[in-house]
Amino acid sequence: MFDRILAMLAKEFIELKRDRWAMVRLIAPLVIQLVIYGYAATFTVNHVSTAVLDLDNSQVSRALISHFVATGRFDIVDYPSSQAQFNRDINTGTAVAGIIIHAGFAKGFANGAGAPLEVAVDGTNSNTALIALGYVSQIVGVFEQERAPPAVGGGIGAAPRAVNISLQARPWFNEGLDDRWFFIPGVIGTLAMMQVISLTAFAVVREREMGTLEQIMVSPIGRVEFILGKTVPFFLIGFGDVALVTGLGALLFHIPFIGGPLVLMLGSTLFLLAAIGFGLLLSTQSRTQQQAFALNFFIVNPFFILSGFAFPIAAMPVALQWFTLINPLRYYIVILRAVFLKGVGVAVLWPDFLALFMLSAIMLVVSVLRFQKSLD
Amino acid sequence: MSDGAPVVHARGLSKRFGDFTAVDRLDLDIAKGEVVGFIGPNGAGKSTTIRMLCGLLRPSAGEAIVAGFDVARQPEAVRAHIGYMSQKFSLYADLTVAENLRFFGGIYRVPREELAARMRFAVTMAGLEGRETALVRTLAGGWKQRLALGCAILHRPPVLFLDEPTSGVEPKARRRFWDLINSLAADGVTILVSTHYMDEAEYCNRIVLIDGGRLVAAGSPTELRKHDLGGALFEMESATLGAALTVLRAAPGVVEAAIFGDRLHVLLAPAADPAALAPLLAARGIAAGPPMPITPSLEDVFVRLVSRHRAPEAA
Ligand SMILES: Nc1ncnc2c1ncn2[C@@H]1O[C@H](COP(=O)(O)OP(=O)(O)O)[C@@H](O)[C@H]1O
Ligand SMILES: [Mg+2]
Repeated sequence: MFDRILAMLAKEFIELKRDRWAMVRLIAPLVIQLVIYGYAATFTVNHVSTAVLDLDNSQVSRALISHFVATGRFDIVDYPSSQAQFNRDINTGTAVAGIIIHAGFAKGFANGAGAPLEVAVDGTNSNTALIALGYVSQIVGVFEQERAPPAVGGGIGAAPRAVNISLQARPWFNEGLDDRWFFIPGVIGTLAMMQVISLTAFAVVREREMGTLEQIMVSPIGRVEFILGKTVPFFLIGFGDVALVTGLGALLFHIPFIGGPLVLMLGSTLFLLAAIGFGLLLSTQSRTQQQAFALNFFIVNPFFILSGFAFPIAAMPVALQWFTLINPLRYYIVILRAVFLKGVGVAVLWPDFLALFMLSAIMLVVSVLRFQKSLD
Repeated sequence: MSDGAPVVHARGLSKRFGDFTAVDRLDLDIAKGEVVGFIGPNGAGKSTTIRMLCGLLRPSAGEAIVAGFDVARQPEAVRAHIGYMSQKFSLYADLTVAENLRFFGGIYRVPREELAARMRFAVTMAGLEGRETALVRTLAGGWKQRLALGCAILHRPPVLFLDEPTSGVEPKARRRFWDLINSLAADGVTILVSTHYMDEAEYCNRIVLIDGGRLVAAGSPTELRKHDLGGALFEMESATLGAALTVLRAAPGVVEAAIFGDRLHVLLAPAADPAALAPLLAARGIAAGPPMPITPSLEDVFVRLVSRHRAPEAA
């Protein structure tokens, strides 16, 4: 058995070595996506382009505006002189957010009768809008606290789209680092999954298309030997992915790693086996690389979205929550976050390990059984 | 296997894809050391038959025994005793000559102490001495095919199935390939080789002609050549072959007309007058040379057999 697997492995690694672009294809997407997720995919929003229509034009209103600028969250791109021009700014997208300080703002602020402030946001990007709205309330709240005489019942009344002026702290208002810590462990799992599933999915199909699979099928090689020879390289690549992204994450984003490396390795092993199982299933289902590509897309994307990576599983419709049970990424992300941020071990994580173990066992057995040494 | 029993034996072998029958109740016997040419037009069912004999496709009906093993029930045992070259070139283009050989040696479990000698043999046979480290993608067609044959016989199989091994290879290299096939047969290897080059039929001990999945004729080249076409054969030249063919096929006394390379072959009923053909063509403004009587080649016989097989009432 070993000699055949070794022959397969030697062949696979020579092919990989001859492929000049293999290293670029394997590493570049990882680094690029890590950097994108690390820097861009946070819930923190900075430099929101903003239009300010100051109808009060008082010292207080100008102080409030400079408060906005000082936080760095908002870039004032225009001071429109009329409501019409203000509307145009928002409608044309020149500004994503708009603040109207109505006449009487200073007076209302001083006597505690309520200072009229209106905020408009471009709802087409609802995420940014909501976050920006949150910032507005924060900034106004801070401003109010610093400035206002403790007039009972006083404050800034914002209308008609009310600004929430309660001073409850929002997590994203801290340093924005929390997001990254939350994201990067998930990124590790996502990237490893994407790479391993697609590499595996294409591996068998490519040989089928090239005609070499038919030549291998007439040889006495066993299915398990063939599949092992084909997938062990991807398992190693997957492990390399996890190590690389973990290292880069620690280096670039200072992600803590308080858990045990062995816990991570065990979790990664089970997860990669499950990913290989799914990739193999795609590969044995596809006749052409195009089919494999399409199937890959329909598997990897739902797995990604329904993994709890960004959207909490508990908030999903029940049917989708059920679907997440067969999603290996779901369990792996729990394990990753726990290992990186919480430092808990198998004693706590065993349900996730067990789920991954069962998933990988089922997927591997099914895909080996589905792989027939026949062209029927 | 007892002496004298056929190495390849098929009875009623059939393959259906949905409701399409690609191979229809084929009987086949090949003796040890025989080279059998499997001939038929594209889509005749040659590859499908070979794949069933290799255990790659399950027969829909009938049985086949290869090297003593049933292809449907013992496909793994069959695989250990055969060498196969698929119709599509199937070596690893990004591996070198030696790496391909070593790979196939590995998956066929050629004993390590013998591998070097057998690789050397295969390299010599393919004429690739000194090019062991060349990437296969850089080799010309003839070398690629000989190397593929070398990979297919590395484990010394007693039976070889070669599916159109010479297609797309230039004539001199084809010739050389057939020399290899015949020298393997001389060593006792049993070989079934499909081809659509009719001239290659001459290199075979026996020919099996199939069309539409059915057996049309079988026999040695000499036997088949003696086949009575049912008329006299003439060759004609014309600059407008297609137009001439249309006219000739409709002409009285013409049993059959076909294009052969840059000429026309016309089969005339025994009573017909060849001299009547030229005026007929001239009347349509088609220039053509005079009909010259020729001895039928094997290819003429195949064409005749296939068309008679397709339309038995017309023949
Ligand atoms: N997997 C398949 N599914 C459906 N039809 C097939 C399949 N393989 C071959 N055929 C059909 O069977 C017929 C015989 O094909 P094949 O054996 O490849 O012919 P040949 O090798 O003589 O050219 C053709 O009409 C082909 O289209
Ligand atoms: Mg064919």
